[in-house]
Amino acid sequence: MTATQITPTADTATTRPPTPTDARVFRAAARAEWTKMRTVRSTMWTLLAAVGLSIGFGALVSVTQVNSWDQLDPAERLRFDPTSFSLSGLFLAQMAIGVLGVLLISSEYATGQIRATLGATPQRRTVLAAKLATFGSVVLAVGLITSFSAFGIGQAIFSAKGIGASLGDPGVLRAVTGGALYLAAVGALGLGLGTIIRRTAGAIAALVGVLLIIPLVASFLPASWNQNVTKWFPAQAGMSVFRVAPDATSLSPWTGFTVLVAYATLSLVVGGFLLVRRDA
Amino acid sequence: MIELTDVTKRYGSTVAVDHLSFEVREGEVTGFLGPNGAGKSTTMRMIVGLDAPTSGQVTIDGHDYRDLRFPLRHVGALLEARAVHPGRTARNHLLWLADSNGIDRRRVDQVLDLVGLTEVAHRRSGGFSLGMGQRLGIATALLGDPATLLLDEPVNGLDPEGIQWIRTLLRSLAAEGRSILVSSHLMSEMALTADRLIVVGRGRVIAEGTVDDVVRSSSTGHVRVAAAQPTALSALLRDRDAQVASEPDGALTVTGIDARDIGIAAAAAGLTLYELSPGSAPLEEAFMELTRDAAEYHAGAITTQGAAA
Repeated sequence: MTATQITPTADTATTRPPTPTDARVFRAAARAEWTKMRTVRSTMWTLLAAVGLSIGFGALVSVTQVNSWDQLDPAERLRFDPTSFSLSGLFLAQMAIGVLGVLLISSEYATGQIRATLGATPQRRTVLAAKLATFGSVVLAVGLITSFSAFGIGQAIFSAKGIGASLGDPGVLRAVTGGALYLAAVGALGLGLGTIIRRTAGAIAALVGVLLIIPLVASFLPASWNQNVTKWFPAQAGMSVFRVAPDATSLSPWTGFTVLVAYATLSLVVGGFLLVRRDA
Repeated sequence: MIELTDVTKRYGSTVAVDHLSFEVREGEVTGFLGPNGAGKSTTMRMIVGLDAPTSGQVTIDGHDYRDLRFPLRHVGALLEARAVHPGRTARNHLLWLADSNGIDRRRVDQVLDLVGLTEVAHRRSGGFSLGMGQRLGIATALLGDPATLLLDEPVNGLDPEGIQWIRTLLRSLAAEGRSILVSSHLMSEMALTADRLIVVGRGRVIAEGTVDDVVRSSSTGHVRVAAAQPTALSALLRDRDAQVASEPDGALTVTGIDARDIGIAAAAAGLTLYELSPGSAPLEEAFMELTRDAAEYHAGAITTQGAAA
């Protein structure tokens, strides 16, 4: 059998368009991912919960902090970071977003839908890239809304004492935008872990372990360790991007964020490799 | 056109598919038949690129499935296991699939109508019955109007009306020039729908050909013989290792030797025959015979406890 041309045999097949380009395959896959994402209720509920929790928790922390202002000594007032306080809800939002990233692929394995997905787009790395692009864009958009709302509400609370930050202050716009970037990167890490591990429970455990448990365990280690090692952990590194007041125990904002992105990239590269190699 | 060349698939030490080669031709319904565990589903998963063969090659119109762009326009597949998120409606499931392959969204309503799911299109598929799930799977397979169709046990869970519907659908799709591979473990179903049969057991092809060919190739073909001296004839045939059974009307049913050889043997011994008619075993028997050694599980012989004591 030497014929290599795709021979359309059904009547309807003769009008088929030419072979689609890589870019067209990617766009179609991304559009499919978008349709998938908005047609399952849990996605929208989780996102909404993330937004609500972040804004609410940020406001709560801002209220507590503004009340403690009068008791602070001058050195503490110097380190007072109203931007970072107003964004503390991102700490909660990151779990919702990370879990959503995991579910984006692990739920496909759980329901068997992965067979339909990979059958429809056998270019498996393209599938992963489409998931990343679609989910990343959604999280970025939701993250920006969350971050700016939380900042606005927080600063309104701080302005009662005249200690609020404004977007024009040095580093503040970077920090508020960085909050959204942080969420997107954590979402990508979740997607990567979900692709590697495939099981929802295991992948969520890994995510929680990496973001929360390992730093917690590390805090029991000697102080020198704590300072030199902990700042390189994904969450600690990434969170420096939404801190305004400099902190001696953290990496600089963009270095820290780059480290988090590197972890996420690593998980996606390993995930992509396994996705191509393994039977679905 | 699907072509498998010397395909083997191992899962650890288990050989699911063992040097399998066959082709599915255009405009024909090819029945893929075998007992459970014969490797049918694994083979289908390899055709659509979900599992990679350990060795050998699977091509669709000369291409590896994983090299196809927008494959749903070339190959539609209904696989055995469900591949649908239960929280999504039937229509939304088809919509994302259409999007993924650049298929016009209007086609979604067409296929829903074709499989009779229009009324439940906005219901979540998690609440679907087995039959409705099968219909959704078939809608998925037909979405891209593909020239090649793979259907793994499509009549599973369908009611008699649904089974009739599948038969008619398959015939009309084949008449349009499509290649169709349908698997089943039910021989009788295949006799009604398939043009050609590929019988597999333990991952190997046991028999291949038209339904008639397959029946003929099984060793259960029997011959009815009526003779003037049945006792002498049975002794003669038993000497030639044939199995002989007596019918109530005095005729003999002979297996293990064909009509021609019975005639020659009878003539040589000077026996008179009144009737010598070869009959073929029904398809189901032929299938049982063909796959007996290849079935993964056998029902053990029922023994009476303590009978040997």
